[in-house]
Amino acid sequence: MSRVGVFVCHCGRNIAHTVDIEKVVEKIKDVDEVIHIESNMYMCSEPGQTVLKDAINKHNLDRVVVAACSKDMHEDTFRIATKEAGLNQYLTEMANIREQCSWVHEEKDKATEKTIRIIESTIEKVKRNQPLVPYQIPVTQKALVIGGGVAGIQAALDIADAGYEVVLVEKDSTIGGKMAQLAETFPTLDCSQCILTPKMVAVGRHPNISLLTNSEVENIDGYVGSFKVRINKKPRYVIEEKCTLCDDCVSVCPVIVHDEYNVGLTPRKAIYIAFPQAVPANYIIDPNTCLGIDPLICAKCKEVCEPRAIDFDMQPEIIEEEFGAIIVATGYTPYPIESIGEYGYGTIHDVISGLEFERILAANGPTQGVIRRPSDGKIPESVVFIHCAGSRDPAKHLEYCSKICCMYATKHALQYKHLVHDGTAINFYIDVRTAGKDYEEFYKRAAEEEGVIYIRGKVSELLQDGERILVRGVNTLTSEAVELHTDLVVLATGLLPSEGTKEISNILKLSCDNKGFVKEAHPKLKPVETAIAGVFVAGTASGPKDIPETVAQASGAAAKAETILSSDFMDRDPVIAEIDENTCGVCHTCIHVCPYGAIYYDEPLNKIVVREALCEGCGSCASACPSGSIELRNSTYESISASIKALLRSG
Amino acid sequence: MSKTTQETESQNPNPNIILFLCRWCSGKGADLAGTSRLQYPPNVLPIMVNCSSRIDPQHVVEAFLEGADGVLITGCNFGDCHYKTGNYKTFRRMSILSKLLKQVGVSPKRFRLTWISATEAAKFAKTVTAMVDELKKLPPYKINGKGGEEL
Ligand code: FES
Repeated sequence: MSRVGVFVCHCGRNIAHTVDIEKVVEKIKDVDEVIHIESNMYMCSEPGQTVLKDAINKHNLDRVVVAACSKDMHEDTFRIATKEAGLNQYLTEMANIREQCSWVHEEKDKATEKTIRIIESTIEKVKRNQPLVPYQIPVTQKALVIGGGVAGIQAALDIADAGYEVVLVEKDSTIGGKMAQLAETFPTLDCSQCILTPKMVAVGRHPNISLLTNSEVENIDGYVGSFKVRINKKPRYVIEEKCTLCDDCVSVCPVIVHDEYNVGLTPRKAIYIAFPQAVPANYIIDPNTCLGIDPLICAKCKEVCEPRAIDFDMQPEIIEEEFGAIIVATGYTPYPIESIGEYGYGTIHDVISGLEFERILAANGPTQGVIRRPSDGKIPESVVFIHCAGSRDPAKHLEYCSKICCMYATKHALQYKHLVHDGTAINFYIDVRTAGKDYEEFYKRAAEEEGVIYIRGKVSELLQDGERILVRGVNTLTSEAVELHTDLVVLATGLLPSEGTKEISNILKLSCDNKGFVKEAHPKLKPVETAIAGVFVAGTASGPKDIPETVAQASGAAAKAETILSSDFMDRDPVIAEIDENTCGVCHTCIHVCPYGAIYYDEPLNKIVVREALCEGCGSCASACPSGSIELRNSTYESISASIKALLRSG
Repeated sequence: MSKTTQETESQNPNPNIILFLCRWCSGKGADLAGTSRLQYPPNVLPIMVNCSSRIDPQHVVEAFLEGADGVLITGCNFGDCHYKTGNYKTFRRMSILSKLLKQVGVSPKRFRLTWISATEAAKFAKTVTAMVDELKKLPPYKINGKGGEEL
């Protein structure tokens, strides 16, 4: 016989307005083995928890059911309170009568009836729970940061400064990410490179940071405290230690391709350095376009390289390491604006993306910071900036607001005015969204002091008209059609999750929102945690963000990772599989079913054994075992069927 | 009674459906339906397990034997299972079971398997509502009746 205590939460009116708590208490009070029941306004409050603790002791309870919200909200709260009262925490279970009952039903009598059934089934479950002790696993005091944009850079620096080892993995040949491509940043008009490169250099020389560029994470296994990670470090074909950055190879390389750093506005060679401040400062051969690698038909660079730094036979290196925590900072990719047919991107030369305009504005860009349009190199006398290109258009494109575009389009217009004083800058917008410190002031400065023209409305089409571009749209404030000619059109494109974000969420099985951005463990209270313990997210991998927010998040994620790294051991959930050796027929079914290789056959002893540290507790083996000899602790066959019976017991 | 009248009239105003949720995706999706205050009929009685693959096909049979009018199993989308491949196993096991149930005369409308991500609260509410509506059109499930039901 158990001594069950049941605590029903009103949750203010959240539960009580659709559930007749009094009736629930009346009904549950008579359930077998229920020794004590009471209700409370807020069970999760300090006094609520005290009620629970006192009752455990006063009534000598050995099982507890808290009927309140979702486990995700307060399971920890009540388990800790249980433990504080001296009872094993696994003898407390929550019954979710809020998210899955009071909030989704309106008819009070039916919701009340359902609540009673949910509580009864939870009582049946908890009666069958066994006390468990979390076991401890050692923590590998090293962090993995995936992605070397500003988010990854900041997170890696913070963790390294706190004294822990960090491996920073970046797909590209250099760290820096999108921020390294920007000319200036809003609202201060700081030079982006000038504020970023010191951080890049710091990463490069930090004794606690190992930087793996041109590398990709291929597989991640394990769990918080000890993730086993396989990284593929692809060959650069240039020996880093030998290269003196003399640039001789570049001049002889016969291959010319688009330069990614300048968004294709300039050419580069097959052997190249992304940009002069790249970290690591090293050349790299692009194996897809180089004529030297396979088959070897060129090798001009090798001939001129005096320090003999070029090695066409360099092989990929597979690195396998363990980490205690992981930060995902895999960033975004701009919306493919060629899909906005009416804007003619790709066919009209002088319709460009925001990122292309950044490069044109940048002092180290293709035009050395002089604003020249791509078609004929003329300095444009007027530029049209189109906000929300591909954003806030649920019918055809992205439904969401990409958050940063209003601000960067305003910045672009200001920068243009600063460089071409008598030029005309016209911004077409839906709404100007300037939520951020000093953002509204920045917009006011553009619109009121520096003569940037803002037209509320959407551009419906762009057409080449001689040397100029015809812009057709509508001014939604005056309801008049707008038609004007301009020399250059810049599209403020929205943000999509990057390929890297998608790949990593696949590898880690991170849950993503319907746009593909990584989902936070809680949108308000756990903004850098993910559904997987020990995996954190920073920057635009979890949604559009500006630089300050990205950096703040990166530091937040780093601090979270440090909490894990700072302990030698971690508690691990003991809800794992268990074998009954007396009935096990050694059929090996469970071995094949287990996704983690956590079950093995011990030949000398002729028995099946669970490797506790590897078992994650899915219970797949338990439902496959033909003799019912392997069970998931506290979620046994019998416990589930008792819950089913209780749910269906007629009332 | 002809099939048409049988299906249009509300035969069972209050069907009981056992709803299995996994704790990672579909459970969170169901929670989100609550947080978003989406409404659905109270006929679904939830049981949360770690992974849909913890559900033994016998649990489904047992639910019917205990008087459930329907069973709805939910889990993560393919590729999203927190335990890598649990939902594939669920799919295989439950596909076989559904054939078996059909053979012994349980209408396929009574047994459903569906994947719900942590963000698909609307899909969750819709799936539940649709299943309840369907089952209202069928008579209460009786295991003792001879010859099963009209499929
Ligand atoms: S965890 Fe959701 S189906 Fe496996």
